Amino acid sequence: MTVRSSGTQPVRVEQDVVMARQMARKLSQECGMRLIDLTKLVTAVSELARNTMVYGGGGDMDWQIIEDGARTGLRLTFRDEGPGIPDIKLAMTDGWTSGGGLGLGLTGAKRLVDEFELDTAPGAGTRVTITRWT
Amino acid sequence: MERIPILQMGQFLLVTIQVDMHDQLALTLQDDLSERISATSARGVLIDISALDMVDSFIGRMIGTISGLSRIMDAETVVVGLQPAVAITLVELGLTLPGVSTALNVERGMKLLRERVGTQ
Repeated sequence: MTVRSSGTQPVRVEQDVVMARQMARKLSQECGMRLIDLTKLVTAVSELARNTMVYGGGGDMDWQIIEDGARTGLRLTFRDEGPGIPDIKLAMTDGWTSGGGLGLGLTGAKRLVDEFELDTAPGAGTRVTITRWT
Repeated sequence: MERIPILQMGQFLLVTIQVDMHDQLALTLQDDLSERISATSARGVLIDISALDMVDSFIGRMIGTISGLSRIMDAETVVVGLQPAVAITLVELGLTLPGVSTALNVERGMKLLRERVGTQ
């Protein structure tokens, strides 16, 4: 697997969530993603970027356009230095929320991408990495 | 402050969302709409989201709240213009917008509103 290009975008304030979505859209188009896949990825980015801002107290989104043989993909990592998630199983339950949301952020985002990885511990921040292949 | 315009057309209110909304803007629209329904005694609200290329759980929740809110204020809400890719994504995300009336486009949405209000 090779990395064609990469970068980082801040996710600190509400407007950054919009910027993260627009960045993901632009990168997906560069990858030649179909509209339906692009829409799913951008929606997942919106959920995860909001989590980073609201629950993680702000953080960053790292992006990579990757190539694996004939396929191209977009890999995004949302990372924060926030309180972390104490109970991953609970957080990955549809409808469960620690805030005022619908509880669809993490589980919904997972359903919208090809690969999903959650790395978190209480007090150690949260990292969520998602990949969508073309 | 940035706002989404609400137009009045007779007894209906018309909202066309044409910008990539940040969360506060969506909440402001929710508040503005409830005030306008009250101030104008509107019987129906038509929300055109054909320009939205993404609806996440936050915007989905806003649509559901507006719909429920207007119902208890004696107004019907119809959401129109959901793009196919957006609709597929919404369902996969787990949001099926229960209790929200939808129509394919503005014309059909207005027809639906007129029927609903006229038969009451």
